[in-house]
Amino acid sequence: MASIIDPKFKRGFWQDGEPFVWGTAAALSAILISITILIAVIMVNGLGVMWPSDVALLSLQDGAQVFGLPLREDPILGSDAINLQIKTGNRDLYGADFRWVEKGTVRAIEYPSDVYTLERMEYGNFYGRFKRLGDGAAPASSEDLEKAWQAGQEEKERIAAAAEEVNALSRRIDGISGRVLKLKHSGTPENDATLQGLLGEQETAKQELQGRMAEQSALTQALLAHTATFVDAGGREMTIPLMNIVRLYQPSQMGIGAKSRFYLSKIGELLFDEPRESNTEGGLFPAIFGTVMLTFLMSLLSFPLGLLAGIYLREYAREGIFIRIVRIAVNNLAGIPSIVYGIFGLGFFVYGIGGTIDAWFFPERLPTPTFGTGGILWASLTLGILTVPVVIVSTEEALGAIPRGIREGAYALGSTKFQTLVRVLLPMASPGIMTGFILAMARAAGEVAPLMITGVVKLAPTLPLDAEYPFLHLDRKFMHLGFHIFDIGFQSPNVEAAKPMVFVTTLLLVLIVLLMSSTAIYMRGRMRERYSVRSL
Amino acid sequence: MTDPVTTEESHVTPQKPAGGVKATSERPKAKPAFDFEPKIRIENLSLYYGQTRALFDVDMSMPAGEITALIGPSGCGKSTLLRTLNRMNDIIPAVRVTGTVAIDDVDIYSKAVHVDLLRKRVGMVFQKPNPFPKSIFENVAFGLRIHGESNRNSIEETVEKSLQRAALWDEVKDRLRENAMSLSGGQQQRLCIARALAVGPEILLMDEPTSALDPRSTARIEDLLDELRSDYTIVIVTHNMQQASRVSDWTGFMYEGYLVEFGQTEKIFIAPEKKQTEDYITGRFG
Ligand SMILES: Nc1ncnc2c1ncn2[C@@H]1O[C@H](COP(=O)(O)OP(=O)(O)OP(=O)(O)O)[C@@H](O)[C@H]1O
Ligand SMILES: [Mg+2]
Repeated sequence: MASIIDPKFKRGFWQDGEPFVWGTAAALSAILISITILIAVIMVNGLGVMWPSDVALLSLQDGAQVFGLPLREDPILGSDAINLQIKTGNRDLYGADFRWVEKGTVRAIEYPSDVYTLERMEYGNFYGRFKRLGDGAAPASSEDLEKAWQAGQEEKERIAAAAEEVNALSRRIDGISGRVLKLKHSGTPENDATLQGLLGEQETAKQELQGRMAEQSALTQALLAHTATFVDAGGREMTIPLMNIVRLYQPSQMGIGAKSRFYLSKIGELLFDEPRESNTEGGLFPAIFGTVMLTFLMSLLSFPLGLLAGIYLREYAREGIFIRIVRIAVNNLAGIPSIVYGIFGLGFFVYGIGGTIDAWFFPERLPTPTFGTGGILWASLTLGILTVPVVIVSTEEALGAIPRGIREGAYALGSTKFQTLVRVLLPMASPGIMTGFILAMARAAGEVAPLMITGVVKLAPTLPLDAEYPFLHLDRKFMHLGFHIFDIGFQSPNVEAAKPMVFVTTLLLVLIVLLMSSTAIYMRGRMRERYSVRSL
Repeated sequence: MTDPVTTEESHVTPQKPAGGVKATSERPKAKPAFDFEPKIRIENLSLYYGQTRALFDVDMSMPAGEITALIGPSGCGKSTLLRTLNRMNDIIPAVRVTGTVAIDDVDIYSKAVHVDLLRKRVGMVFQKPNPFPKSIFENVAFGLRIHGESNRNSIEETVEKSLQRAALWDEVKDRLRENAMSLSGGQQQRLCIARALAVGPEILLMDEPTSALDPRSTARIEDLLDELRSDYTIVIVTHNMQQASRVSDWTGFMYEGYLVEFGQTEKIFIAPEKKQTEDYITGRFG
């Protein structure tokens, strides 16, 4: 055995394969690092914004003082000086939310405990000290302010309830108008009893609406009269209606527990509330809802269609030149830019099918389109077409990977092709098919371009699913997290103020995709355990 | 070579006479005619895979209730011939079959035959154990369910009976709900036999059923064959000469798509008529 023990023997550098191992490891590391950085950037920027930071008081060289949150430092090109970005808030006073000062000119930074942070319905945050309540006839403490604000909040809820009634009324009027239009369109004479009845009903409802609206605006006016006055660091006063203050707190007086509670309530707002301030503040609920519902509707179309097509291609179609071309075409569909699918969706679904539906079923409403305009149904059909190739390919491959012996075993027992497929092949292929579903879902949830022309909007007044008959409103426009990112990040009037929201939205979108795919991956794992042909 | 077997009838006496009537002698051509009632009758059978011919005018009969072995060198068409008996070749595109295969005198390639019903009567066990990735119970119940049995009790009863017949019951009776993939190779093969028995076939086709197994599992399966022999007509393909001589009553030797010689196993192994057969059996080629 001397020949296999040779101390001088050494394989060549390239034959050995060691560099290849390093290459594979390096490739994986590169991918991991870039993903980690991406996630970290999103997490740091997205999770930090909702924390109630202490408000600083900056004293500048020129004697001026300003409240704000120091955000980041940027070196000035060509000098040693460093620029400091401060979020000063008080946009109605200063005209902007942010300010850059040279770091050298800042003489002192303190954190006074009596500064309030106000989150407002408009003009962004306000940082300042509390001065007085109302006209200041009675002296007021911080407790008085908070009590008055609390009372205002309760009153506001009553107004919101009143607004809901107004909305319900106006929807009822819309419904009646629709029926009136329909009757008129079908040539019912003006003096028809039903038509007259409807018109009368509409008139009463309109009057009631007027009354309700007047009531509501009176309530609002009354509430707006309750104000509080605050002063900024430079002593300028600002009188703010209590009703317009969403939150008010003194971050320097909050302990870690209070801050955490605050943070959680902010997350709650994010998940369950409507957006405000042209989407740069408030919650993301409609966008989350839209994203999930869109993905769900897309799945309803894409999964069964792709599954059936994949089964046909693999199991029933006769192998030949035509099928091979179809297969190549299906594979290449994945390479078409998604905007092209969007244009197809607009032309085919929205104008083609939607227009036809309108012409047949809602002619009385024309030229106002019902289905002949972008909506969640068309957007999900478009995404369905876009993702269906993934499902087809994975179904085909999963079926193709089943060992021939298994099929033969089933046939040899007298099982028909269909029984074999349903009872043996599909269960065994299910993990692979699930992989296709997961990929399709992840792709659909992240797609924005095709949505922009098939029905997504920056602010939808209603959800596509609600308590109002017929509950599912597939013709409605919807909001979407992906589009939200684009909209607030690039279309917003106040891009700098919207930046945190961009990160938060991105984080949320990533989390939703993660949640959906991990559910699917979990299910796939269970199936794999059950249907694996590997001997244990 | 098209008419390889010319044994005189008088030499052949099946061990289990089944009526003793000659059933395959209507045709004028000199045919291998034996003194048994054939369960399976193959006449003039040829098979083409597209342009390639894999079987050449095979004539052969297999007696009911006995074991027939097919031997021959690799690629000679044993599996192909076996698979014509339950029309397994149907699932391969571009396969063409000419000639006759009759089971109980019914031509199984005639239009009226339901292939699913045929396969219910002609069970098959493969070279590589191929249990479904389901529970042991469901593997055996599969055939019953696809043929429309839905009565729980009767399914359970048949599953137990089949597993017992396949000599597997004692080993698995406490783990019927476990995945069949957790069985050993030999157990898996016996499970496949049980699965085939469950639908109540009359014929069992076995394509090298023990070639993937160790000697002990092989011995178990051979014992099992011995037990099954009286109730089923069994056709087994094997590469193992000892196995063929141990288990079979009849042996057919194939070579390059032709059936060279067919006769009682003892005769084939002790006094083959053809030189090729002798060479193969004595290990001079193949
Ligand atoms: N699906 C197929 N398509 C084309 N040719 C085939 C196919 N199956 C088998 N053949 C050919 O038919 C001939 C007989 O094959 P077969 O599998 O019947 O041989 P075999 O005797 O069972 O061999 P082995 O002992 O190796 O299993 C071989 O030449 C083989 O190449
Ligand atoms: Mg073979």
